[in-house]
Amino acid sequence: MTAPETETKTTPLNALHRELGGRMVPFAGYDMPVQFPAGILKEHLHTRTAAGLFDVSHMGQVRLHGGGAALAMEALVPVDVAELEPGKQRYALFTNAAGGILDDLMITNAGDHLFVVVNAACKDQDIAHMRAHLGGGVSLEVLDDRALLALQGPQAAAVLARLAPAAARLLFMTGAAMEIGGAPCYVTRSGYTGEDGFEISVPSGLAEALARRLLAEPEVAPIGLGARDSLRLEAGLCLYGHDIDTTTTPLEGALAWALSKSRRADGARPGGYPGAETIFAQFENGVTRRRVGLRPEGRAPVREGAELVDGEGRRIGAVTSGGFGPSLGAPVAMGYVEKAYVKADTAVQAMVRGKPLALTVAKMPFVQQNYYRG
Amino acid sequence: MSERKYSKDHEWVTVEGDVGTVGISDHAQEQLGDVVFVEVPEAGTAVEKDEQAATIESVKAASEINSPVSGEVIEGNAALAEEPGTVNSDPLGAGWFYKIKLSDTSELDALMDEDAYKAYLDSLD
Repeated sequence: MTAPETETKTTPLNALHRELGGRMVPFAGYDMPVQFPAGILKEHLHTRTAAGLFDVSHMGQVRLHGGGAALAMEALVPVDVAELEPGKQRYALFTNAAGGILDDLMITNAGDHLFVVVNAACKDQDIAHMRAHLGGGVSLEVLDDRALLALQGPQAAAVLARLAPAAARLLFMTGAAMEIGGAPCYVTRSGYTGEDGFEISVPSGLAEALARRLLAEPEVAPIGLGARDSLRLEAGLCLYGHDIDTTTTPLEGALAWALSKSRRADGARPGGYPGAETIFAQFENGVTRRRVGLRPEGRAPVREGAELVDGEGRRIGAVTSGGFGPSLGAPVAMGYVEKAYVKADTAVQAMVRGKPLALTVAKMPFVQQNYYRG
Repeated sequence: MSERKYSKDHEWVTVEGDVGTVGISDHAQEQLGDVVFVEVPEAGTAVEKDEQAATIESVKAASEINSPVSGEVIEGNAALAEEPGTVNSDPLGAGWFYKIKLSDTSELDALMDEDAYKAYLDSLD
C-alpha cells in the first residue's frame, strides 16, 4: 500500500485515535486517522449536522514576536498584515518569485504577537522561509509543544460555550486566548469545512484531556482525514499541493479575493512580496487558466489527475481534487480549465478510465457556507 | 449452490451449474469504506480470470475488481447503480456484481474456501 515512512511522527492524540478505532495512515509524515468506525460518509454528515472533532496537530503553529513582525510578513505574502486588527484572523499565501504559491496559511493578530498556522507538509520549509526573510527584528517561536484541535459544525459553538463561554462571542475569522477546562488555549473561529467552528491551540500535555472532554459532549464525534477532505472539497476550499502549488498563481487559483486591496498595484502598500510583478500583470491582463468547481453529471467520481477535454477531445485542463460529496449525494470536483471554459454551466468532459464523462463548471462553494458573522 | 470461493484479490464466487455469481468479500468492503459508485460489466462481456471486470469507487478511492474466474457475463447487478451502498451492507448477498457463465470450472480449484481465506486474511496483518 504505502511505503514505510522513515520516521513517522505522532500527535499528542495518537493513543486516543487508536482507542477510538481510528484507521491510521501516514499523512505528511504523521500517523493520522483517515476514518473512525463510523466511516467517512457518516463522519462527514455528522459534521454538517452536529459537531465533529478533528486532530490537526500535524499542522505547523508559529508565533512571530517583535514590533516589526506584521510589516516583515508583508514582504512574504500579498496580504494586509500591518493593518490586521488585534484579534482578527486572515487567510494568506506565501508566494515565490514567479508568483506561484509556496503554501497557504492563517495569520491572526494575537495582540503581542502574530499567530501563524501553516500546512503540515510545508511547515519545515515555511519556517525556514520565515527565518530567512523576516529579518533580525522578528523572532520565531515554533509551537511544537502545542496540539491543534478543530471543532466544526453547527453545534460547535453551543458545545464549546459550555466549556468556555468566551468562545461563543468570537466571530468568524477572529481569535482570543481563553481557558478551556483549565487548559490555556488560543481559539480562532475558523476551519476547513465550510461550517461554523473553531480551531483550538492547546498545550500538548493537555490535549488528550481536552479532546476527551469535548468528545463527552453528546453532539461531538471524532472525524478523520477522509471526511476532512470531502468537507473542504464541498466547501470549495483548496488543498495545498493539489489545487494550488508553486506552479499556480493566486489569480489562477481563483484566490484573488485573498489578495488585500492595500497590497495591489493601486493600494497603499503595493507589491513588495515575491512575484508581485507577475501577479499585477495578471490582474491587468487576466489569466489563461483558472481553478473552477466541477459537477460530474453521472454518479462516477472524477478524481485528481483526470484530464479535462472539450467536445472534440482537446485537452483544456485537469482535475486537481475530486471525489464524492456526501452532503450533495453526488460526485464533486475542482480543477483548472482554459479561460474560455471558466463560466458556470459550461459543459466539459473528463477522461475517466479511457471514457469521456460529462461535467458542468459550477460555482463554489458547492454547499452553503455557515460561518458565524454575528 | 457451491460453497463460496475466494481469490487473493478479495473477490468471491459461488457456482450453480456452470453459472458463477461474483462479488467482493466483507473484508474488501470494509477496507474500501463507503462505496459510492459501482460499474459492472454488461451481459455478453468476455472476462478473463484475474483481469479487470468491474470498477468500484469508495469515498476514498477507485479500485479495480478482477474476475476470480473466466467466462461470459450473463448479467450485471443493475441495482448497484442506484444503491452502491448495498456492497457495504450486504457484500455476500444483494451486493453481488455480476453473473458469469464459466468457461473453465477447473479455475475454481485454485481459489480459497472460507477457512483458507480466513487464514489468508490473518496472514495479511
